[in-house]
Amino acid sequence: MNKKQTKNNLITYAIVIAFYIIVEIMILTGNLSSHMKGLLVPLTYYAVIAVALNLCVGILGELSIGHCGFMCIGAFTSAFFSRATEMSIPTVPRFILAFIIGIAFAALFGFLIGIPVLRLKGDYLAIVTLAFGEIIKNVINSFYIGIDSKGLHFSMKSAMEMGMDKDGDIIVNGAMGITGTPHNANFTVGIVVLLITLFVVQNLVGSRDGRAIMAIRDNNIAAEATGINITGYKMMAFTISAAIAGAAGVLFSHNITTLTASSQYFGYNASIMILVYVVLGGIGNIRGSVIAACILYLLPELLRGLNTYRMLIYSIVLIVMMIVNWSPKIIEWRKRTFGRMNLKLTKEA
Amino acid sequence: MALLDVNNLSISFGGLRAVDNFNITINKGELYGLIGPNGAGKTTVFNLLTGVYKPNEGIIRLDGEDITRKSTIEINHAGIARTFQNIRLFKNMSVIDNVKVGLSERFKYSALEGILHVGRYFSVEKEMDAEASKLLKVFDLDGERDILAANLPYGKQRKLEIARAMATNPKLLLLDEPAAGMNPNETKELMDTIALVRREFDMTILLIEHDMKLVSGICERLTVLNFGRVLCQGETKEVLSNPEVITAYLGE
Repeated sequence: MNKKQTKNNLITYAIVIAFYIIVEIMILTGNLSSHMKGLLVPLTYYAVIAVALNLCVGILGELSIGHCGFMCIGAFTSAFFSRATEMSIPTVPRFILAFIIGIAFAALFGFLIGIPVLRLKGDYLAIVTLAFGEIIKNVINSFYIGIDSKGLHFSMKSAMEMGMDKDGDIIVNGAMGITGTPHNANFTVGIVVLLITLFVVQNLVGSRDGRAIMAIRDNNIAAEATGINITGYKMMAFTISAAIAGAAGVLFSHNITTLTASSQYFGYNASIMILVYVVLGGIGNIRGSVIAACILYLLPELLRGLNTYRMLIYSIVLIVMMIVNWSPKIIEWRKRTFGRMNLKLTKEA
Repeated sequence: MALLDVNNLSISFGGLRAVDNFNITINKGELYGLIGPNGAGKTTVFNLLTGVYKPNEGIIRLDGEDITRKSTIEINHAGIARTFQNIRLFKNMSVIDNVKVGLSERFKYSALEGILHVGRYFSVEKEMDAEASKLLKVFDLDGERDILAANLPYGKQRKLEIARAMATNPKLLLLDEPAAGMNPNETKELMDTIALVRREFDMTILLIEHDMKLVSGICERLTVLNFGRVLCQGETKEVLSNPEVITAYLGE
């Protein structure tokens, strides 16, 4: 990795940490409304999953539009674990274990789904990831899992089918999801997860394996002829991407009282929204994903006061961001005007 | 002993016998030319040698080792590197990173060390950087090391592709129409580059070419392919004066 790249990575961490400090100061001085405070954790997990998706779309070059499915797996497995062990394990180790479990399951499913999906190319790959995302959501919607004195019960029909004792505790209740997951996630944890995510992805990009992954993206025939194990590296990038999406899911489920596998959070609309973050932040640009996720997530919320004009302004901002980031003339102008100071949103991170 | 020994190689696509009973023996250090009219099956031979296609019949031996049914990756690791007729660089990566991709089989650390930037990461990256810089210097690309490969001029893109192939430390280098699309000056420079590769790395080269000036200028031996069959084989001068070859190229 060259010095310029190292410097670029450090700038990204600095931006995140500066943002964290500013927000914390605003909280301490009472300048942040409770509505805004509620947006902070979602902000971090959307930034995390945007980075995960950028690894898949920008670095590996495979368009996945089912990434919310992996987030869903991370959310449900970790929430189930936290609910089941709420009484028996203290908070800190339990939350760490919840992360490990959520990430491991998301990685496992990323690996399994990657086996068939990564044989496809372009549009076909996108459609199949979309389908897998929907399948995950719908399958989880029909799970019933409970615990009573006799142990674990499982059904895919209804809660009654499990035949539990009266004192039993239904943890996963079909479409009603998981209720009462402990609220362990907060802004600080979210920022730490985001920083770890950035560390992993940016380091990966600067390593031998990252170069191999980008070589496959740029020209898979040449990569193969240069001795790069295409299948292996594709699986590696996709699995890491899924694992990070799982981590976002753990933050998600530990920040919400009732976790349901609903379309609003895990459907393809949500996946497309994250793809919008990635595209507008600059494909392959890790820092851009984080910034775009922050702006585009907060914007509709900040514009709530404008009622009916809200979505109109949101869409105008989307168009403006796209032009600013991608139009060659504007990039030229930005470079001329701001020189080395500019944020280089579209430059490779 | 012959470095590359190909025996009775054949492949059919449907009813078309694209390469039929192809034989070639290349000695170590030789610069060998494969020529023939368009559609003669030259690139198909390259694709067979590098495992992109699997032959229906025949044996390919590299340095005594049978590599006939190995995958492209295994064949690269066994020691065959190639360039492409239409340049295939990693366009959105820097010049030096293109070479480093070629080096990644020889300079290794685990994925975990790469992600966490611990252990062998820094020392191996440093060695890699030194080796890549050395290669770029040989190919006179060290001034462009940090620019994107896509932004290189055409002639330098060809050079970079050869540099990347050389980074995998091959025993045999396959060049698929390296002079395609080049003007006379660039072709001249390319000939110098090929001579340089032979001198610096003591490399054995098999090249496909249409440019007769280049072929007659640098190749020691030739094989002429026509309709998938070997038309003629031998010393460059003899082959190029063979009436059958002239007929195949110019028509009667």
